[in-house]
Amino acid sequence: MEAGNRQKNLVVLVPEHEFQSLIDFLADRTARLVSDPARTVVVGIRTRGVLLAKRLLEIWRAQLGWEMPLGAVDITLYRDDLDRGPRIPILKGTEIDFPIDDRLVLLVDDVLHTGRTVRAALDALSDLGRPLAVRLVVLVDRGGRELPIQPDAVALRVEAAPEERIEVHLRELDDEDAIVRRK
Amino acid sequence: MQRSLLIKQGRVIDPAQRMDTVADLLVRDGRVAMIAPSIQESADEVLVAAGLIVCPGLIDMHVHFREPGDEQSETIATGAAAAIAGGFTSVACMPNTNPAIDTREAAEFVYLQAGRARQARVYPVGAVTKARAGEELAEIGQLVEGGAVAFSDDGAPIASAEIMRRALQYTRMFDRAILNHPEVPELTQGGVMNEGIVSMRLGLPGMPRVAEEIMVARDILLAADTEGKLHLQHLSTAGSVELVRQAKKRGIRVTAEVCPHHLALTDEALTSFDSVYKVNPPLRTRRDVDALIEGLVDGTIDVIASDHAPHAPARKELELDRAPFGMIGLETMLGVCVRSLIEPGYLDWPKLIECFTVGPAQILGIDRGHLRPGVEADITIIDPDLEWTVDPEAFRSKSRNCPFAGWVLKGRAVHVFVAGELKHSLRPDAIRTNTGQLTTPL
Amino acid sequence: MATDLTGPAKASRAWTRRHLLDLEHLERWEIEAILDTAASFREVSARSRKKVPALQGKVVVNLFFEPSTRTRTSFSLAAKRLSADTIDFTVSASSMAKGETYIDTARNIEAMGIDIMVVRHQTPGAPHVLARTLNCSVVNAGDGAHEHPTQALLDVFTIRDIKGRIEGLTVALIGDIAHSRVARSNIWALTKLGAHVIVCGPPTLIPRSIAELGVEIAYSLDEILPRCDVLNVLRIQFERQRAGLFPSIQEYFALYGVTEERLKRAKDDVLLLAPGPINRGIELTPGVADGPQSAVLRQVTNGLAVRMAVLYLVSGGAPRPALVH
Repeated sequence: MEAGNRQKNLVVLVPEHEFQSLIDFLADRTARLVSDPARTVVVGIRTRGVLLAKRLLEIWRAQLGWEMPLGAVDITLYRDDLDRGPRIPILKGTEIDFPIDDRLVLLVDDVLHTGRTVRAALDALSDLGRPLAVRLVVLVDRGGRELPIQPDAVALRVEAAPEERIEVHLRELDDEDAIVRRK
Repeated sequence: MQRSLLIKQGRVIDPAQRMDTVADLLVRDGRVAMIAPSIQESADEVLVAAGLIVCPGLIDMHVHFREPGDEQSETIATGAAAAIAGGFTSVACMPNTNPAIDTREAAEFVYLQAGRARQARVYPVGAVTKARAGEELAEIGQLVEGGAVAFSDDGAPIASAEIMRRALQYTRMFDRAILNHPEVPELTQGGVMNEGIVSMRLGLPGMPRVAEEIMVARDILLAADTEGKLHLQHLSTAGSVELVRQAKKRGIRVTAEVCPHHLALTDEALTSFDSVYKVNPPLRTRRDVDALIEGLVDGTIDVIASDHAPHAPARKELELDRAPFGMIGLETMLGVCVRSLIEPGYLDWPKLIECFTVGPAQILGIDRGHLRPGVEADITIIDPDLEWTVDPEAFRSKSRNCPFAGWVLKGRAVHVFVAGELKHSLRPDAIRTNTGQLTTPL
Repeated sequence: MATDLTGPAKASRAWTRRHLLDLEHLERWEIEAILDTAASFREVSARSRKKVPALQGKVVVNLFFEPSTRTRTSFSLAAKRLSADTIDFTVSASSMAKGETYIDTARNIEAMGIDIMVVRHQTPGAPHVLARTLNCSVVNAGDGAHEHPTQALLDVFTIRDIKGRIEGLTVALIGDIAHSRVARSNIWALTKLGAHVIVCGPPTLIPRSIAELGVEIAYSLDEILPRCDVLNVLRIQFERQRAGLFPSIQEYFALYGVTEERLKRAKDDVLLLAPGPINRGIELTPGVADGPQSAVLRQVTNGLAVRMAVLYLVSGGAPRPALVH
């Protein structure tokens, strides 16, 4: 019953067989932002941003021979809505074990919506050092910004109503690669 | 003042006369005139007591009224009013006031203040030793002259075996009892609760059972040795009950008392860290509670007394180790005993009333606690089915350190008479003059 | 540092407690949640800028009715690393003697707009009573001989950090068990997490009823030493000797002092913990305290992360303090 309802409210925007080409497109777009691969680092926003960043790195290693360090940023402590509701215990925090000073940081997330997550991630990064520049890389931009934040590389733009959720499913967590819209 | 009062069709329970029957009771000029199945004589006032228990005014032989010295916690007047509200027409107050009741004048002061209050009768218990210091005997003969009904250093034990022995010997000439608080102080120093698994979990210093039992055993041996009149206050452990049971079997003159909180609560209550549960002797375990109840059932324990120990609120707000021991009990004792003893079927009403009347009257040697014709008419009328919620804010006592706040209890004194005079009534309009007019309650 | 960056970032269960008063009433998952959160906070202390804004705008007060520099400093720094404002109050027994109760004192301080009150008190249960009385969150920083939850959490955290697990380990708590809040909190945490706990000391310092908590009682350190994975050496307080609970310091050291000689009987990788200041030469010889098996300094570092985790977790869901006009 519940599963049926969930299926009814779910529209697949990008199915499994089209997903890889979207990743390839994003890898290509992002690579154009990099002028000095030796001074570039990649930071994913937990959790799906890190998984996406990993895939981008694999593509660049195979096609361009780039080796870049990968880190993860947990934005929980930087959220601006911490006053609301109970705490979720943090099982994995920020893990960036390389310097980001004077590096180009490619900040990767799955979906860009209000911009608040990215704002929190930028705060977290600024506590770790002073990057040369930060570029924002997202798989989907669904609109609905509440802060003046725009992506530098994006694979898919969709129009979504405020009550709708745009979800990126990844094989590592969800048994499929897909982008779906949920009402 | 009224000339005569007829209490009709109550269940008259008078353990002293082995009486438990539905009957009429006539009071004339403040004294019991007669009890009969049906009294036709007309009276100035009539109270129909169908469904109610009519019994001798209850006696609480262990209260602390704090006057003189700590009148912000309780006075003799407020304490005596609390007693009446709880159904108790006579109380014996312990001498641990400041100064202590250790002189004839101090004992007479209690009578003076109680007379002014015109509530319950208040009998002073004299100190065994001067200033309750445990060193020299107080002027016991003078205290008897002043009306002291028994002797105790309560608040503290009579720690010295030598003093205890002398006291038991000396009081024989007056046939007055020594009421001892059994506790070996060296074993309880710094303690705030029963020593056991709960004190261990809470990290609170414990008071071992053996601290009480050693002195119970000592006192029993001294009573056998001196043939003095020994009464052991507020027993709290299974071991104490067994020691008294054996002593009684051997014919040693000893009586014993238990408090309602030791029947209704255990040391688990301290897990709240609420100082209202800090009491000496401490709340013990379920096993001890069961043994105390057994002691009541088989007659090892003679008396139930409240150990009513008022403390002004600010003092109970202190940390557990700094807060004083004690809880109030006069206004809840009856209902708590109904809940702990009658509802589970351990005691019946006549037996419970015996613990509140004949038991204490005999130990104190006072002509109270019975309804024989000619005695001053101290009468408590109890509604055994009345349910009520304990609200310390409504108490007559000055203090609020009651561990039973919010409890729903069954059974409460609804009319209380002292020498035939109505002192307290929850249903004043039930008392009709023979012209049908309402009397005014005091 | 862990190399798996892609595991789940969040626990499935939300933390809902407003206070941390004891470990007796925590569930296993809650203890683990604190430890996991602490692990992620350790990274903050390794940064050049050692601060996160999680408690920005919140006020944390250290209300200490009993002096303690170490615990208070650790809580203060933990609060500062979470960007909270902090105030310290150490209330001496003398200032309390003016007729003010500790509850009055706490109420007055809370009225300054406190979000979290870290309380140290010499009487068991004082933090519990304050938690019932006040609107702010209360964290127990040690209440008499009752509990010292954050100390035990950092002990357990250090064990897990070094040994990789708690389950199945044999941990001995050595010394004055009867009067030790650290012992009680450790017993709850360790038994809940599946360790075998031995309490070891003279019978006058070990309440017999403690066996009901599922721990083993031992009076001979030498006998149990070969079985232990961890030794947690409690501080002995000299006033206990004065109270006659053991005959002399020398005898205590002879029976329970952890020396190099004695440690030869222990496992090679035995881990040595000591909460709080130790009396060198009484519980531990200096060589042992500074030796390779000792994790004493690591405990201090970990204490910071554990206290950050606790402050962060209890700060959620707490209602705003009532405004006092």
